[in-house]
Amino acid sequence: MAHEVQNFNLDQKFDFTPGIKKSIMTVLLIGAALLVVGIVLAMMGGGHAEEGAEAGGHAFHWYQRLYANIWINNVYFTGIAIVGVFFFAIQYAAQAGWSAPITRVMLAFGNWLPIAAVLMIVTFFVAGHDLFHWWHAELFDKSSPEYDKIIDGKGAFFYWPMEKGTFPIFYIVRMVVFFGFWVFFFSKFKKIAAAEDQLGGTSHWFKMRSWSAYFLVFFAVSSSISAWDWVMSIDTHWFSTLFGWYVFSSWFVAGLSAITLAVIFLKGKGYLEMVNENHVHDLGKFVFGFSIFWTYLWFSQFLLIYYANIPEETVYFVERLTSDVYGGFIFVNIAMNFVLPFLVLMTRDAKRHGVFLKLVCTLLIVGHWVDFFLMVQPGTLGHNGGVGLMEVGMFLVYGSAVALVVLGGLAKGNLIPKNHPMLEESYQHHI
Amino acid sequence: MERDTHFVLGVYEDEDVLLDAVKQVRSSGVKIHEVYSPYPVHGLEHVLGYKRSRLPIAAFLFGMLGTSLALTMQFYMMKFDWPMIIGGKDYAAFPDFIPVSFEMTVLLAAFGMVGVFMVSSNLKPWAQPRIFDVRITDDKHVMAIDIANNSAMDQEKIKEILKSSGATEVNNKSFDE
Repeated sequence: MAHEVQNFNLDQKFDFTPGIKKSIMTVLLIGAALLVVGIVLAMMGGGHAEEGAEAGGHAFHWYQRLYANIWINNVYFTGIAIVGVFFFAIQYAAQAGWSAPITRVMLAFGNWLPIAAVLMIVTFFVAGHDLFHWWHAELFDKSSPEYDKIIDGKGAFFYWPMEKGTFPIFYIVRMVVFFGFWVFFFSKFKKIAAAEDQLGGTSHWFKMRSWSAYFLVFFAVSSSISAWDWVMSIDTHWFSTLFGWYVFSSWFVAGLSAITLAVIFLKGKGYLEMVNENHVHDLGKFVFGFSIFWTYLWFSQFLLIYYANIPEETVYFVERLTSDVYGGFIFVNIAMNFVLPFLVLMTRDAKRHGVFLKLVCTLLIVGHWVDFFLMVQPGTLGHNGGVGLMEVGMFLVYGSAVALVVLGGLAKGNLIPKNHPMLEESYQHHI
Repeated sequence: MERDTHFVLGVYEDEDVLLDAVKQVRSSGVKIHEVYSPYPVHGLEHVLGYKRSRLPIAAFLFGMLGTSLALTMQFYMMKFDWPMIIGGKDYAAFPDFIPVSFEMTVLLAAFGMVGVFMVSSNLKPWAQPRIFDVRITDDKHVMAIDIANNSAMDQEKIKEILKSSGATEVNNKSFDE
């Protein structure tokens, strides 16, 4: 393959310089400091700690807020990591040519998955009882005054094949199986990619396409079920049939924003010269389009519940909209995740220039964190929640840890899939 | 336009030759009236120096018109003209109005865009299209040059430029309108 005009450096590797590491570490330390201050404030009874939760009869402890924060970021950044692998698989399954030089950037996000798996499972064992209402044995005990018929009916989803209220084996098996397969597919992709770099030829591309297709089938099921398990089961009585899609779309927009930011960052450092404004335009279109997709799902869920006005469904929005703590965040959520990307990214120029995309993608990553904050905190903390130093600190700590892991993983392999059969097509990409 | 118009036509057989020819002809100072091809040639409007279409602006404005019409209509009907309580909501229950507003936005944006395109491209049903060469619907690309627009240049000179840029034929064409 001779390129008469362009002579791109196909062997380039991302150099994870101490300078970049230091600036990410600074953010991490600032986050950690904010987190510690937040924890100390919460321990000393800042906020509403003395009042106690009204419904469950449990007194509120400061560490519940810490657990809820860890859970929000666990779920959120797991989503960003798996969306990197998912978007990578989409490129191969759809036989896309335009994205060939940036596929490795997408795949690198999967490096967070093994760590996310450990964090998720450990957090579940440590904090599960405080996070999940259904992890209370008395709910399933018919002789107890706390007995809950509706949750008893759903109990098997968590506890099968064991006695309800004992140990949620089915839930844990699902979590382990999902993470296991996600990590398995991720390392499979990485292995094929490394072989392609060494050996060349088109056979690796075909292999990658098959494995991508298998992964997409698995991901279609596992992303939905993990959304029910990890997020929807917090509000145990409540259910929404499109919740899996809704969580997926939130993950997807956040993941696409992260991928776009990473590509723009790498271009700014002088890597990926073959990626020009046409490729950035395509990424921008994805961010724009799926922001609207997220809005569509958010609004579909809201409108049907609002219109049907069935108490067991409306409770979800009543809990949020009428709350002093969360009421405003509903509108922050819509403004950041719909109005902002819709208006700013509508024109062609905004999608082709890094400045706008950098701004919108950064705000979208924060915006979808707010979305997950709104899914998790009302059900776990009630009126004891809110956005304080602990939330900001934890988000910064997780975000910079993910950045360290992802960029570290990216630096290990080739940045460009130099033997990708569609690289030439990508150079010619013009829209 | 009650005047005779005279054109010089360059006929090209290959799209790559055509793209180069457009560049050459423009750089030699000849103003091109239009290029006709049987199929879209990628990059042609770029080398012709066309500005980006303003159709999206029209689409946006018509879309906004659709949104406002839909909202006005629903507020007027539900709040003033025939107030009804539906599902225990307020008369003017804003979330209920979103689907209709969305549909009206899409409808008017689409209709408006088609209408503006028809008008700006002279696609009126009664319009008499100028056929420069019947082969532009088959296998030839034709570059049309309006002589009146290139009065500073000799007609023979234009023909020479066209020939040297790779035109397989150079013809004259006049319209009597």
